[in-house]
Amino acid sequence: MNDNTAGRAFTPAPIDGSKRAWLITTSVAGAAGTVALAAPFAVSFAPSEKARAAGAPVEVDISDLGEGQKMTVAWRGKPVWILRRNERMLETLPKTDALVADPDSKRTAFPIPDYAKNEWRAREDRKDILVLIGICTHLGCSPTDKFKPGPQPSLPDNWLGGWFCACHGSTFDFSGRVFKDKPAPDNLQVPRYMFISENKLWIGKDEDGEGDVV
Amino acid sequence: MAEFKEISPDASMGAKLHNWFDNRFPTMFDAYRKHMSEYYAPKNFNFWYFFGSLALLVLVIQIVTGIFLTMNYKPDAETAFASVEFIMREVPGGWFIRYMHSTGASAFFIVVYLHMFRGLLYGSYRKPRELVWIFGCIIFLALMAEAFMGYLLPWGQMSYWGAQVIVNLFSAVPFIGPDLALLIRGDYVVGDATLNRFFSFHVIAVPLVLVGLVVAHLLALHDVGSNNPDGVEIKEGPKGNRWSPDAPADGIPFHPYYTVHDIVGIGVFLMIYFAVVFFAPELGGYFIEYNNFIPADPLVTPAHIAPVWYFTAFYSMLRATTDPMVTALVVIIALAAVLNFFSRRSLASKIGVAVAAIIGVFLLKTFDAKFWGVVVMGGAVVILFFLPWLDRSPVKSIRYRPGWHKVVYGLFVVCFILLMILGAASPGPLFNKSSLEWLTNERVAMVLTLGYLAFFLLMPWWSQLGTPKPEPDRITFKKH
Repeated sequence: MNDNTAGRAFTPAPIDGSKRAWLITTSVAGAAGTVALAAPFAVSFAPSEKARAAGAPVEVDISDLGEGQKMTVAWRGKPVWILRRNERMLETLPKTDALVADPDSKRTAFPIPDYAKNEWRAREDRKDILVLIGICTHLGCSPTDKFKPGPQPSLPDNWLGGWFCACHGSTFDFSGRVFKDKPAPDNLQVPRYMFISENKLWIGKDEDGEGDVV
Repeated sequence: MAEFKEISPDASMGAKLHNWFDNRFPTMFDAYRKHMSEYYAPKNFNFWYFFGSLALLVLVIQIVTGIFLTMNYKPDAETAFASVEFIMREVPGGWFIRYMHSTGASAFFIVVYLHMFRGLLYGSYRKPRELVWIFGCIIFLALMAEAFMGYLLPWGQMSYWGAQVIVNLFSAVPFIGPDLALLIRGDYVVGDATLNRFFSFHVIAVPLVLVGLVVAHLLALHDVGSNNPDGVEIKEGPKGNRWSPDAPADGIPFHPYYTVHDIVGIGVFLMIYFAVVFFAPELGGYFIEYNNFIPADPLVTPAHIAPVWYFTAFYSMLRATTDPMVTALVVIIALAAVLNFFSRRSLASKIGVAVAAIIGVFLLKTFDAKFWGVVVMGGAVVILFFLPWLDRSPVKSIRYRPGWHKVVYGLFVVCFILLMILGAASPGPLFNKSSLEWLTNERVAMVLTLGYLAFFLLMPWWSQLGTPKPEPDRITFKKH
């Protein structure tokens, strides 16, 4: 607002069409360049090569695992449970069929191998051995063992045994199937697994391949 | 450029120095006048008006203590937990700096919740202060992100599993969810990569955004002027006070009047704050959860996990949204659409509402309750942004609302506090009695969640009901 402009009307210069066209072109090219520049920053959020490579299968020896006992091993940084179910545990499964949300594991959000899509969610020849990824399908907590049947805090009075997720209250039966009307939408995931011998098995690998089930 | 101001060679050193700077950096003096000595705030501020300046104080405490913590903390999954213990035990005064930071986090939320409640009471979000309110809501969101990412850094059990749960929230988003969660974690589980990036966000990215937003919040506030407990505009009242003939008659300069006033609030606040820092830094497991003194173990979730107290209300809403809640929402939407047909609206709008309701019901039933849990939780925060347009009351302040409006606000506060308590409690039956087994945490939380949402969603309707008391022309002020 200097004094030398006082009293003089300001007339904007007429728009120069060719200048304007080049201005727009430059701006668009610059914007595209900026977006392209953002790409390497965005992809740096993805898992590193090291993290990708860490997904190898693990071999587990279950010879020390007694009937009704559970062990936990780490596969891809996640807890994998191996439960040697006893007669009582297996007998609860037909009773919970009507109480669980997805008795035959038909949902596909957390894919599981075909040999686990049944009531016992295990290989037919080794029904007693249950292999589960111990991560709740709701928001990723690791549920706690509640193997003792009967009424107890946070559980229904007709509890037959299974798992309870303390985070949001989802409950699972002895096949890792989620009960109805719970926050978790899906049954606990069964990873690929296969027996090498009577008491040795691979986690994360089966006849069809390695890694996630697709 | 402004005229270069000459000053008499006989002037004092101070006056010369002032003149030297005023000629070279007048912005500094303009800003001081605009925001301090010539910012006229209504003279009837009460107790509730302490919390804005207290929030600013806590922000400064968090930044300063944070800088010092960063000097000894190691963002590495192998050493993070030990480095926090190192700060606590080996760094001289380290425990003090860390407890100031951890207590500051909770203090921040206490102060901000009370600050937001003040806005709710006196209609401080109403025209022309909508943007002040929206900047504030974004600050609240940024603060939640800041607190959440900071909580991972000590790498204790609650840090780890809290992050695991919240990151998995994103995996509930249909279609892109699992990939999104993977991008946030940088690994298939929460791990070293996650810790490193959260550290980066916590110490630099989010604080920068936060400071920028606080500046925008204050600039917007100083453009439109502060509201007050009466909710009447001092700028529309008579002009002229002791300091300026153009200033509102009911305004007083922020400095020295409110700076001195706020020092009283700061004094009381610091007494309580340091009492916690020195005598109860964990505050019974609410400020620092006991399980967080156990190093993170990716294979075992603690028996009882709950977020820190300031997130429990929203967490409770998440936990309450299971299939029965979705069914309840479907019924409510259907009823609303049917009732709408009996209203006096045009046929086109009735059909429009019905179609929207059918789409809503279809979506509710198509996606998992898990996704809707995330939507409800996010929605509970996002709905705050719309408050300026949801409130249709002819008066701003609760003082002149119909008496029963206070009951509605009271019920809302009760809903929110009960949700906070339920979110910190274990899921399942609330009482250890078989006759009361049906009374579960989730069911009660469901009712309270609907209450919380109804308060906002029905506000355009209930806020217009009743006869408001007459608003005064000028603010009410008793000399003391």
